[in-house]
Amino acid sequence: MAQIKFHSVTRKFGGNTALDALSLDVADGEFFVLLGPTGAGKTTALRLIAGLDAPDGGSIEIAGEDVGDQTSAERDVALVFQYYSLYPRYTVRQNLEFPLRSRTRNLSQSEIDMRVEKAGKTLRISHLMDRKTDRLSGGEMQRVSIGRAIVREPRAFLMDEPLSNLDAKLRESLRLELKDLQIRLKATFVFVTHDQVEAMSMGDKVAVLNKGKLVQVGTPWEIYNRPRDLFVASFVGSPSMNLLPCVVSGNECSIFGGAQKLKMPATPATTGVTVGIRSEDVEVGPTGPVEALIHDVENHGMEKIITLRVGDAFLRATVSSRMQANVDAKVKFGLDPQKAHFFDQETGMNLSA
Amino acid sequence: MAEIILSNIEKHFGAAYVIRKLNLVIKHREFVVLLGPSGCGKTTTLRAIAGLEEIDNGEILIDGKPVQNLEAGDRDIAFVFQLFALYPHLTAYENIAFPLRATRESRESVDKKVRAVARSLQIEHLLGKRPSSLAGGDMQRVAIGRALVRRPKAMLMDEPMGALDAKLREEMRTELKRLHLENEATTVYVTHDQVEAMSMADRIAIMNDGVLQQVGTPDEVYHHPANLFVAQFVGSPVMNIAPAKLESRGNAMQVNLGGEAAEFEFPSELGSAISQSPAGSGDLTLGIRPEGVLLSQVEKAGHTPATVHLVEPLGAYDIVDLKFGTALLRARTRSGFAGKTGQKLWARLDPAQTHLFNSKSGDSLHIRLGDGAN
Repeated sequence: MAQIKFHSVTRKFGGNTALDALSLDVADGEFFVLLGPTGAGKTTALRLIAGLDAPDGGSIEIAGEDVGDQTSAERDVALVFQYYSLYPRYTVRQNLEFPLRSRTRNLSQSEIDMRVEKAGKTLRISHLMDRKTDRLSGGEMQRVSIGRAIVREPRAFLMDEPLSNLDAKLRESLRLELKDLQIRLKATFVFVTHDQVEAMSMGDKVAVLNKGKLVQVGTPWEIYNRPRDLFVASFVGSPSMNLLPCVVSGNECSIFGGAQKLKMPATPATTGVTVGIRSEDVEVGPTGPVEALIHDVENHGMEKIITLRVGDAFLRATVSSRMQANVDAKVKFGLDPQKAHFFDQETGMNLSA
Repeated sequence: MAEIILSNIEKHFGAAYVIRKLNLVIKHREFVVLLGPSGCGKTTTLRAIAGLEEIDNGEILIDGKPVQNLEAGDRDIAFVFQLFALYPHLTAYENIAFPLRATRESRESVDKKVRAVARSLQIEHLLGKRPSSLAGGDMQRVAIGRALVRRPKAMLMDEPMGALDAKLREEMRTELKRLHLENEATTVYVTHDQVEAMSMADRIAIMNDGVLQQVGTPDEVYHHPANLFVAQFVGSPVMNIAPAKLESRGNAMQVNLGGEAAEFEFPSELGSAISQSPAGSGDLTLGIRPEGVLLSQVEKAGHTPATVHLVEPLGAYDIVDLKFGTALLRARTRSGFAGKTGQKLWARLDPAQTHLFNSKSGDSLHIRLGDGAN
C-alpha cells in the first residue's frame, strides 16, 4: 500500500509561499501527475514527499502513516531526477547494485543479483549491464536512473521531469515505456512535469498547480473537457483554447459583433463573460455565421491549424489537411455551441462547472 | 531579389564530414527550414551561408554571385541566434537601431525605420526598456527587430525559439511567418523540431549525418517521405515501422508484420507495384502513420483482431497502442473510442497511407495505392 495524502500542506521560502494549503489524495497504484508552469510548486511538493524538505504547515501521510518524523530513507520512496545522477566510472550493473549494497538493507548477493537482473529486463537494458555509464546515450542513462529506483522496490516512485532533457523523439517513446512500466509494477507514481502532453498521455489523474495552489484535480479527460477555470483551459491543450470576450444578454452570449450567439447553461450573475472554444470545435466551411480572413496556416501533417482573423480578434481552428487554405483568403466558420465553455472574466471560474 | 544557391557544398573537420555534397536552391522570398537531429550539419550550413563558417568545397551563390570569399558583413544577410544576443546596457530602441549606426543615415530616417519594425513586431511599448526587464519572448522580438531593421536580402535563423517555453513558441510561430510574408526577405530557418518545420516552412530540407535526405513541401515530406529516416523524423507520434513479409493468397496480398496475429490484407496490386519498383528487391519494411491504422469496434471482413494495450488521451484525440500478438502498432482515434486496456478491436491498414521501404537502403519504394491522403 502506498497511498499518499497531503493535508493542507504549506511551504514558505522567506516571503514567498511555494505551496499554499495544498491537499492531495494519491491512490495506491495510481499514475498521478503534478502539472504546472515554472514556480507552480510542483517540485517542492515532490521534495516534501521524499523527505528532502519539511513543510511549514500541514502534514503528509504515506500508506496511512504521518511521515513528518521519518527520514528520507525511512519513507521508502524513490526519486528520479531530470538529470541522471549516475556514477560515471561504474558499469550499469554496479550503478544498479549500489542502492542495494547499503548496510541497512542487508541483502544477500543472490537477492541483489536477482533484483538487478529483473530491473535490467524490465527496462530492456540487460545488454548494457557491463558498460560504463558514460558510454550510454541519454535515453539509456535515464533508463538506468529509473532502474536504480526500481531495484529498491520502493513503496512509491517520485519523478521530477525525468524526460525533459531528452530530445522530442526519444521523449515520445520513453513516455510510453514509463506508463507501461507503471502498469506492470502496479506501483504508485507521482510525476512532475510542465508539459501538458506528458501529463495527458500518462496520468491516471492530473493535478494542475499554479502559484502554489491546487487549481484542479481530475482525469485527463476532465481536465481537457471540463477545465475549472481560465488557467487550466489555456494551459492544457495545444494549440491553446481560444478565448473571446462576449456580450451577455440574459442567458445568451454573443460574439463577433452578434454574428454568432451562444446559449449559456444559465443566466450568469455577471456580464463579464469569456467564451472558450478549442480549435477542433471551430467549424470552418463554406457556410457558417461568421466571416474571417485566414491570417496564418500551419501544416501539421494530417491536419492544418489555421489562424482566423475577425476584426481585431484571432482564433485558431483545426481543419483537415486536405482543405485548401490560403493566407488572406476569406472563409466562413461557426463555433460548436455544445463545446463552448463560459468563464467569469473577473474570477476566471468556469460558469458551467 | 535574394536567391541562395548551395552547390556541392562540403565541410569536414579532419576526416569527419559535417556536410557532404549538399545541393539546395532557396528561391527568392521562400521560407526554407533546415531540419534534422543535433549534429546533422544544419547549423554549419546556415553559418556557411552567413559567412561565419568557411566551406572546404563547393560554391555558395547569392543572387547569382559567388560569396564564399565575401566577409559576413558584405553579404547583406541578417542572422538571428537561439540566445538573444542583445546589448544589455542599451534600450530596446537602441538595440534595434544599432545596425544602422554605421550607415550614416539621418536621425529621422533611423527613427522611422526602428518604429516601423517595432510596430510589425508589436513591441512599440517596450522600446524604452532594457533587455534585463524584458520577458524571453520580447527579448527575442527585439533581436529579430534588430535583424530586420536593415531590410536584409535574407534572414537566417538558428533555432530562434529554442529558449522559449512551449506556449510562447506556438504564438511566435505565427508571428514569424506573418513577418516573413510582410518582409520581402528570403528566410532560412534551422530547427530540430519537426512541428516548427512543418508549420512554418514553404519547403523543408531534412538532413542527417551531413547528408541532405529530402527537400519538399511539408505535405510532400509528410505524405511521401523519401526514406525511413524522413518517415520517422517527421510526424508525431512517430510512424509505425515493421519488417514486412508478403504473400499472395487468393485475390489479395497478406502482409505479415511479425507473428501470425499480425497479418493484414492488402489489394493484389501491391504485389505488382513492388516488383515494378527499383528498390523493391530484398527485405521490405512497412511504414504507416497512426492515422492510417483504421479501427472498428465490431468484427469486419478484411480486418485483423487487436487488443488495446495502452491509451494516451491527448484531448482532441487519443493515441492507442494495439497489440497483434507480439507486434505493436499505434493508431489515432477520436477521443474515447478505444475504451480500456485489454479491450478487443479490429484493424486494417489503409493502403493509401501505407509506405514500403527497402529495409537495407531505407529508400522508399514510392508505391501509392488508392488516392487517400494526397
